[in-house]
Amino acid sequence: MGANKAKAAVIVFPGSNCDNDAGRAIKAATGVDARFVWHRETSMEDFDLIVLPGGFSFGDYLRTGAIARYSPIMKEVIRQARRGAKVLGICNGFQILTESGMLPGALLRNRDLLFLSKDVYLRVENNNTAFTSAYKEKQVIRLPIAHGDGNYYIDDEGYKRLVGEGRVVFRYSAPDGATEGMAPNGAKGDIAGIINDHGNVLGLMPHPERHCEAILGGADGKWMFESLLNAVGGQS
Amino acid sequence: MSDAQNLWKEHGLTKEEYDKILALLKRQPNYLELALFGVMWSEHCGYKNSKAQLRKFPVKGAQVVQGPGENAGVVRLDGKLCAAFKMESHNHPSAVEPYQGAATGVGGIIRDIFAMGARPVASLDSLRFGTLEDAHTRQLFRGVVAGVGGYGNCIGIPTVGGEVSFHPSYKGNPLLNAMCVGLVDEDKIFKGQAVGVGNIVVLVGARTGRDGIKGASFASEELSESDRDKRPNVQVGDPFMEKLLLEASLEVLEAGLVVGLQDLGAAGLTSSTVEMAGRAGNGITIDLNKVPMREKGMEPWETMLSESQERMLMVVEPSKVNALTKVFEKWDLNSAAIGTVTDDGNFTITRGGETLASVPAELLTDKVPVNIREQREPAYFKALKTADFSKLKGYGDWNELLERLLSSPNIASKRWVYEQYDCTVGVNTVVRPGSDAAVLRLPGSKKGMALAVDCNTRYTYLDPQRGGAIAVAESARNVAVSGAKPLAITNCLNFGNPEKPEIYWQFVKATDGVASACEALNTPVTGGNVSFYNEYDGQAIQPSPTIGMVGVIDDVEKRLTSSFKREGDIVLLVGESLEELGASEAHYILTGKDEGEVPVLDFDKEKALYAFLSEGADKELLSSAHDCADGGLAVALAESAIQGGIGVTLAWEDKNISVAAALFGESQSRAVVSFNSKHKGSVEALLKKHSVPFTPLGQTGGENFSINLNGALVISRALTELARVWDTTISEIMK
Repeated sequence: MGANKAKAAVIVFPGSNCDNDAGRAIKAATGVDARFVWHRETSMEDFDLIVLPGGFSFGDYLRTGAIARYSPIMKEVIRQARRGAKVLGICNGFQILTESGMLPGALLRNRDLLFLSKDVYLRVENNNTAFTSAYKEKQVIRLPIAHGDGNYYIDDEGYKRLVGEGRVVFRYSAPDGATEGMAPNGAKGDIAGIINDHGNVLGLMPHPERHCEAILGGADGKWMFESLLNAVGGQS
Repeated sequence: MSDAQNLWKEHGLTKEEYDKILALLKRQPNYLELALFGVMWSEHCGYKNSKAQLRKFPVKGAQVVQGPGENAGVVRLDGKLCAAFKMESHNHPSAVEPYQGAATGVGGIIRDIFAMGARPVASLDSLRFGTLEDAHTRQLFRGVVAGVGGYGNCIGIPTVGGEVSFHPSYKGNPLLNAMCVGLVDEDKIFKGQAVGVGNIVVLVGARTGRDGIKGASFASEELSESDRDKRPNVQVGDPFMEKLLLEASLEVLEAGLVVGLQDLGAAGLTSSTVEMAGRAGNGITIDLNKVPMREKGMEPWETMLSESQERMLMVVEPSKVNALTKVFEKWDLNSAAIGTVTDDGNFTITRGGETLASVPAELLTDKVPVNIREQREPAYFKALKTADFSKLKGYGDWNELLERLLSSPNIASKRWVYEQYDCTVGVNTVVRPGSDAAVLRLPGSKKGMALAVDCNTRYTYLDPQRGGAIAVAESARNVAVSGAKPLAITNCLNFGNPEKPEIYWQFVKATDGVASACEALNTPVTGGNVSFYNEYDGQAIQPSPTIGMVGVIDDVEKRLTSSFKREGDIVLLVGESLEELGASEAHYILTGKDEGEVPVLDFDKEKALYAFLSEGADKELLSSAHDCADGGLAVALAESAIQGGIGVTLAWEDKNISVAAALFGESQSRAVVSFNSKHKGSVEALLKKHSVPFTPLGQTGGENFSINLNGALVISRALTELARVWDTTISEIMK
């Protein structure tokens, strides 16, 4: 295999705390060294993959992701997304994507009002995306969650649209793949992750970057980074 | 002078202490100076009642890079790579405002770690509460757990382990002991020393307000009903601010812009400046006009005693102040040059040109009175040694008793707690909460780090000396069953009012026990904290010398966990069960009594057990290993089975002791291991090599949990039923 030529960036907001983890996961899965970009930058070179990492950007003050969307770098992230760059929002990154309007819906407090940290099973609802091509259709994978505000909400019309367009990419499930009522946080339709209508911006609450090596308890997340960077990286 | 008399009382000093200050200072201190003495000579900052006993602790060892006296201890893990670690209490704040009390306890200990130049990589905590039938206790429990999680989750440091226990003595005075561990290269360790006369003293981070004023004194008094109104004494935490402070601090350290640093904890600006000056043998002059304030009109003593969180003090060469300021600006943080390092040895406070206070720094640090208090053996000590175990021995329905033990909140799964803690952030956690110790991989190394906190306070109550030794041994055993070698400890010594001779006796005996175990097990003490006055309405908590242990495993891939791994493995008890029902959880559950002789601890047996476990793990002979402790052998077996989701069929003979002792006795130096039957010869040879007694118990497999003892089926239950009881007890109570 030749070296992966893809270019990846991880945006660092004040309060991001999974930025390094994302960088390490990208490196472990694909060998690519991601560049860390500070939120105050107003322009950056073109990237194939831009990760909005997990954490508590701006302390989650006001509302999760609500302040980060105004960071100068976000205009550039939106510009590059329009150009076709893949944008992956993990946990707080997903919250920033909904707050900035790059993805529909909102992430509310968990149903039981407690922070939830544990491994969950997910069913891959759509493996026909740049983020999930390495997974099998309806494959059940296991990833960690760690969030207090992961209760995905969208109105009924929006929900129908997401489902109709195949934009629900991950649902919480049982180990056998049954999804009904499996969301630990109360998310509508047990939604764990969705994609935009152009198929290049994906947000999810679980942390694929924390399960990229067997020693960490699982490696199911690795395939997401492989899917992404192989799709764009011209690996030979 | 009558005024002065009122003043020394107001600052928590005694007449003798005030006289000593006069003699040392050779003049009368002013109000501000007396306030400085008041906090620096408080138990919380000055350890005046504990210092004499702490000197008993062994502090040296080849593995120790930094012993007690700095912000944190440091121990060598692999080559240059070291762990900086420390544990601290935040008990009284957690009693009156559980969320903020716990959160700021976590925040404070994290600052101690990065003050050493280390990047914090893991937190653990030891929590003790009253019993959960009480609504107020449930509220404290809920608040403390949310506070620990709220701070740690936000700052992005995984909370990887800990312990939680419940006993009526903690009802009005819960304990929160927070431990943090960081990684640092040996040549990059920083110290809290104000070296270099002429260097600039820079205060960075949050602005200073009125929060937490006199927190150190608050920690040095007993609690009562009226303390519910002491919420203003509790600091408010901002983990987001601390995350910025952490990143900015590590950035300026990496860039070589700092010569020494220290966090602002108890007694805020006072203790940080005085301690930094004292350690370097220098003086410091600070100008209060230069301290960034959050509110107007604060008195000088308020500014000096404020415990506003998320602040650090740095000593910087004059030429590097501008570069340092730029880094803090990038992180949207204040940095203010508030003073200079001087050669006169004095701690001087000015406002503009006016000198408000000037005291030799060493009087505030080195001249703290060392009190050896009166001690008296409490009447209960001998009285409770004998106990009637007939109820337990004759109980008969061992199935039911096992279920009662598994549903005791002291033994039941703490999943409700640790699912509120992010334990995987940082992608280093390879053994998560729920096993005996947490294990982290180490960047750039094959090795791993094992971490545990432990103390059985029923033992330390009934026999403080033996209980103190067992607390060290259990925490070491927790690390050893993970395949790691115990290296060194930190501690939190939580006791009642030391002015009561019975309490001081408990403290002396417990520290004797801790010291002897640390000596015997070669796990030196690298630091810690003393918390006295843990009483509510005059009733003391059980003595609680919590131990935080750090261990190292040579190959992290060879780590062990407590759960059974596969069907058909052989299950074996390592060590020996004695007729020891005293101080057991089983006796407590049946009678509600803390009584009986605490199990015997033999250091040679303990060390032999570690040697076997370490070699067994290294040779990859073992599938699982679990400390056999609270609740006894039956509980340890059930936990391994439940966690692995694999049943067991066990049968053994032990006619030397009662059925109750065989199943539920808490004899020390034991572990439950499982291994592939092909390793049977090697495992038994290894046990014999280390002269460790053992009993083969049976095999894993199936969906039942059954024990046949001396030819009689004593326990037989569907594993799913035991699992349900163990797993859901606490979450059901907390619904």
